[in-house]
Amino acid sequence: MSDSSIEAINLTKNYGKFTALDNLNLKLEGSKCVGFLGPNGAGKTTTLKIFTDLIKPSSGSALINGLEVHGNKKKALENCSALVETPEIYPYMSTREALNLVADLKGLPRSDRKRMIEEAVSEVKMDEWIDAKVGKFSKGMKQRINIASTLIGYPSVIFLDEPTTGLDPRGMAEVREIIKSLKKKDRLIFMSSHLLNEVSDVCDEVALIDHGKLLAYGTLEDVTARFSGDEGIADATFSGPLEQSSIDKDVSRLTNVISVERVNGNTIRLRFKGGQRAQEGILADLVSLKLGLVEFKKAFSKLEDTYMSLIQEGN
Amino acid sequence: MDQDFSVGVEETRTLKVPDSFTQIGTITKYEIMNYFRARRFFVLLALGIIISVLLTFLVGYYRPYSFLQSSLTFYTQWWGGSITFVIILSAIFFGGDSISSEFQNKTGYYLVSRPVRRSSIYIGKWIASFIASLVILFVFLGIAIGNGLYYFGADVPYQLWQSVLLSILYMASVLSFAFLWSSLFKTSVISVLITIITLLVVFPLFDSLLPALVGVEPWFSLTYGAEVITAVMALTYPVHEIHSSTPIGNGHFINLTSFTPYLWEGIVIMFLYFLVSAILGLFVFEKREFI
Ligand SMILES: Nc1ncnc2c1ncn2[C@@H]1O[C@H](COP(=O)(O)OP(=O)(O)OP(=O)(O)O)[C@@H](O)[C@H]1O
Ligand SMILES: [Mg+2]
Repeated sequence: MSDSSIEAINLTKNYGKFTALDNLNLKLEGSKCVGFLGPNGAGKTTTLKIFTDLIKPSSGSALINGLEVHGNKKKALENCSALVETPEIYPYMSTREALNLVADLKGLPRSDRKRMIEEAVSEVKMDEWIDAKVGKFSKGMKQRINIASTLIGYPSVIFLDEPTTGLDPRGMAEVREIIKSLKKKDRLIFMSSHLLNEVSDVCDEVALIDHGKLLAYGTLEDVTARFSGDEGIADATFSGPLEQSSIDKDVSRLTNVISVERVNGNTIRLRFKGGQRAQEGILADLVSLKLGLVEFKKAFSKLEDTYMSLIQEGN
Repeated sequence: MDQDFSVGVEETRTLKVPDSFTQIGTITKYEIMNYFRARRFFVLLALGIIISVLLTFLVGYYRPYSFLQSSLTFYTQWWGGSITFVIILSAIFFGGDSISSEFQNKTGYYLVSRPVRRSSIYIGKWIASFIASLVILFVFLGIAIGNGLYYFGADVPYQLWQSVLLSILYMASVLSFAFLWSSLFKTSVISVLITIITLLVVFPLFDSLLPALVGVEPWFSLTYGAEVITAVMALTYPVHEIHSSTPIGNGHFINLTSFTPYLWEGIVIMFLYFLVSAILGLFVFEKREFI
């Protein structure tokens, strides 16, 4: 059943004169997790809202498993679940009731229901609160229930709009684990996020948009290889303050190093060319200089490099 | 993990989403639950009971002739005199913010993004408001009949049942009308206020001023149509149009006209309000964007 698909065809959304989505074309197919990246206001939420019938496109179409959402909503969303923009849940309902509402709407068989709801609640670590009223929950607790609600009813396509917003660090890690475990079964997950480490952790592919236009789409490896170039930035930290003279004389002259700047007393930032191979050489050279190197790491991930260079180009 | 269970949240399986009737039932069920939980239902029930208790006390203590003349006048005064107000209260409580609150409180996001038609959500909520209002109406009716039995025994005039049926039609149309406002506005306070103002001020103003000032029948007014609820309880059905002239000296007269809708006319007005509001409201909700 890995034939799930999500497709945007010339998808355009105007708010008055402002174009939030500009002829977006994107086809996701199969069983994987696709990260949806872009700066604030890029059009990520707008896209996900169109796919879940919260708003209508100005033109173009949004298809799920080949069915157009607009006009065919119930069928198109049959095997989907979505979490867009932290919905509020009726405050007088308990966690169990709120999830039962979803189970009822999706036609989950009675026999599976209790167990599935309890399992979903336990996945988001809210067991203790299963019979408490949602109205009293904190923002992060509500978000956990929203995530639990996307687990109900065996969805094969899942839309998530910044699913970890409002969660504590541990909650974020837990949700990442949930998404990873969802991925193991045949599923297509489309997830927007600002957290690049989150995306490189859980996603297989990325789609990058800005100003309502698609900038890049492909596997993480492809996209980063294609756009990040072979320049890199690394931070080196020493056991004590580094003299300016050794920065100028020794470090700056190492092979492949382009420039060096001081971040603080003990740490310097090196820009270098030549990719991973060069990075390896620089590390060896720094060690052999015996300046007291205690830490050496890339300042940005490849995905971050890609993101920055693409977003800047776009502007 | 538990290999023998196939219901784990990680599983995928094709589910058949229930038909729209079943989903409407689901929405209705949870909406009614929300009325109970939010105490909305009980507040309105209490209001209905307070009105009934006041009437019980007034009639029992003062024994007004207008009430106790006959069983028909008793029910005309009791039921006819207050049921339209009770119905409007229901529309304000259950209809006024039914859709607007989904936008204002962002609860709509939780429902609308699921595989359910928007019309099912709208209709399910409408049915919930209808059922809740019906319960209030019957409680009010029950207390009225209880008092009637005390004064007149089992002699319940058939006109009361006619009036009850018309009241239910009125209730359906007033709820539809309130739902329309609530889907037009995204702020609950505004949609509730407009419901109140139209039903308690604007329409009644037309009903009294239009005939009096210019002699025109307010056939477009929902509350005018609802006058059949009391008209059917008259001993003989009132004349459609009455002219009166009062001399004020110097050969001048004040000419007044008043209208009572024909029975068929009242039914048509209420039914059209129900139908047109329902269609418009559904249409607006289908188009509304969650932004
Ligand atoms: N209701 C609205 N009226 C006018 N403009 C809007 C409306 N909603 C969104 N926009 C505009 O559309 C653009 C895209 O918004 P969208 O919410 O899709 O961005 P996003 O990529 O989700 O951003 P973020 O990362 O901040 O969540 C923004 O420029 C925003 O100002
Ligand atoms: Mg967003």
